Amino acid sequence: MIFARLYGPKGWIALACAAAIVFGVFPVLNLVVPPDNPFHMSAFGVQLGGKIMCYMIVAIAMDLVWGYAGILSLGHGLFFALGGYAFGMYLMRQIGADGQYRVDMPDFMVFLDWKAFPWQWWNSDSFLWAAFLVVAVPGLLAFVFGYFAFRSRVKGVYFSIITQALTYAAMLLFFRNATGFGGNNGFTDFKRILGIPIATPEMRMALFALTGATVIATLLLGRFLVTSKFGRVLAAIRDAEARVMFCGYDTLWYKLFVWTLSAVLCGIAGALYVPQVGIINPSEMSPANSIEIAIWAAVGGRGTLVGPVIGAGLVNGAKSVFTNAFPEYWLYVLGLLFILVTLFLPNGVVGLVKRWRRAA
Amino acid sequence: METSGVNLKEPPAMSTGGLPDPDHRPWPWWPPARPAPVAPRPPSSDASYGRQVDPGALDVRHGVVLYLDNISVSFDGFLALNALSLAIDAGELRCVIGPNGAGKTTMMDVITGKTRPDAGSAFFGQTIDLTRLSEAQIAHAGIGRKFQKPTIFESHSAFENLELAMKADKRVRRTLFARLSSEEGDRIAATLDRIGLAASAGRLAGLLSHGQKQWLEIGMLLMQEPKLLLLDEPVAGMSDAETERTAELFVSLAGEHSLVVVEHDMAFIASIARKVTVLHEGSVLAEGALEVVQNDPRVIEVYLGR
Repeated sequence: MIFARLYGPKGWIALACAAAIVFGVFPVLNLVVPPDNPFHMSAFGVQLGGKIMCYMIVAIAMDLVWGYAGILSLGHGLFFALGGYAFGMYLMRQIGADGQYRVDMPDFMVFLDWKAFPWQWWNSDSFLWAAFLVVAVPGLLAFVFGYFAFRSRVKGVYFSIITQALTYAAMLLFFRNATGFGGNNGFTDFKRILGIPIATPEMRMALFALTGATVIATLLLGRFLVTSKFGRVLAAIRDAEARVMFCGYDTLWYKLFVWTLSAVLCGIAGALYVPQVGIINPSEMSPANSIEIAIWAAVGGRGTLVGPVIGAGLVNGAKSVFTNAFPEYWLYVLGLLFILVTLFLPNGVVGLVKRWRRAA
Repeated sequence: METSGVNLKEPPAMSTGGLPDPDHRPWPWWPPARPAPVAPRPPSSDASYGRQVDPGALDVRHGVVLYLDNISVSFDGFLALNALSLAIDAGELRCVIGPNGAGKTTMMDVITGKTRPDAGSAFFGQTIDLTRLSEAQIAHAGIGRKFQKPTIFESHSAFENLELAMKADKRVRRTLFARLSSEEGDRIAATLDRIGLAASAGRLAGLLSHGQKQWLEIGMLLMQEPKLLLLDEPVAGMSDAETERTAELFVSLAGEHSLVVVEHDMAFIASIARKVTVLHEGSVLAEGALEVVQNDPRVIEVYLGR
């Protein structure tokens, strides 16, 4: 059966434990346990957990293209940010007339003295339209970009550099006020989703649980893909693309499919991220952010799906500790981490665990 | 007065009977309508009158599977192939030899579509023009190629290597939900048996020995049910025992498939060859049985002369 193909019994038990923690333990610790109890989970904790789970989705998406198809993207932050912006537009419209200027228009537009919404904001007060854009905008951009890149057989480091340039160009574009997305301030100060206030503990926990469900769904979808014949073709493309072509596969469509799917997953992660973190601005598109995504996957272990999830958790957990304790040293730590993992843990944390098991 | 019955005005337009003009295009750039499908002609019992052409299917009725005619290829002024002409019969096992730089690999590249010839034509059977097809289309039409260096999927098992190579619908949509049928499993097992890897089916291909990797790649080609197999130095780096087994395998394949083997190992050639082609400076120098070719003074000159 399909369940047996995805994971063995131990895998399903581990997944059930993770689900129990996300859907049972954390909500109880946050909503039921009183704040003065040492076991209480603070609103900050919920927000941090939700944010890291969004990154986990991105890490799985990254692993699908890098770990399995061998396509290293250094621009995945762009798709994440586009999903965030697409949903952010809706959140801005939900503020209604409760902004600083008490006008039924986002504050930055009033500040810029715009009289009407620009065309990008068409239908932006519709939740369904926003949900459509979250999927369609990153998906379409990835499809068009990927079609031309893969058709021209751009590969390896050249592809990585182009994706890096793409996200940088988009960042510069979004920094401009004239682009219509709030310039360097981006979107913030959200009030509601579907008319429900966003800052209540219940709403935060609902978003947290929704993100957790998405992580699990993404993991299962990824697992379905990589255990199918499609997944074996992807890994074969990574190892010997010319041979795959001589076997009669048109590799363009394989790469394009997984590349576009990966971008869509990032877009969804971005849409979940924005209401939880409460801000989206062009710095999400900075090249450094996209490189960090690749580091999560490398630390956890490429080509394992669960590895990048662990990697995203570890690196971001360490980041929130370090940026509190020694804020100026975080980038050094990150760089050192990347070097150490490349030198000593080519298969990441998951590879290390496998090696221990084999030794034992 | 117009009294004559002859109408000197332009003839009346043919009525289309109110039907839309089939050639009508809304804009100049609009693609023209595709011609309506023509019903297939009933099979003719008279072979001399109009032969059936099934586009895409290999037609070897004249007994020839591959024609190369006057193929020339040059790279930056260097003439890699110089008016090369070659014909391979269906079911033939042909060996191609020649000194380094004779154009053996370039010839393979032209046949598989990796390199486009500057001049000349390449036909697969009677009807398939190889110079107009992409690499994937050529592979699909039934030409399999083995490279010098074994290229297999190292992180897949031997079984999975054959599974991926198997002739099947290879579009993304089908591959996502593909499941191995029992006949397909049997075919993979039979091929594993034939290439002597039945005991290593579950082993990662990257862990196989060099000779086993070469066999696995040949097995992958066989899974595609090719009509023509191109083998570039298949026994390079093999032990004597492995070379011997490879020779047996090739001899058993001939007849069922057409094989073109490029090889330097003369002992191996002697053990399999029926007909040998010698290439030199991009064209055919000699062709015939191995003993005849070996005693040809021009061949001796090329191999030993300088």
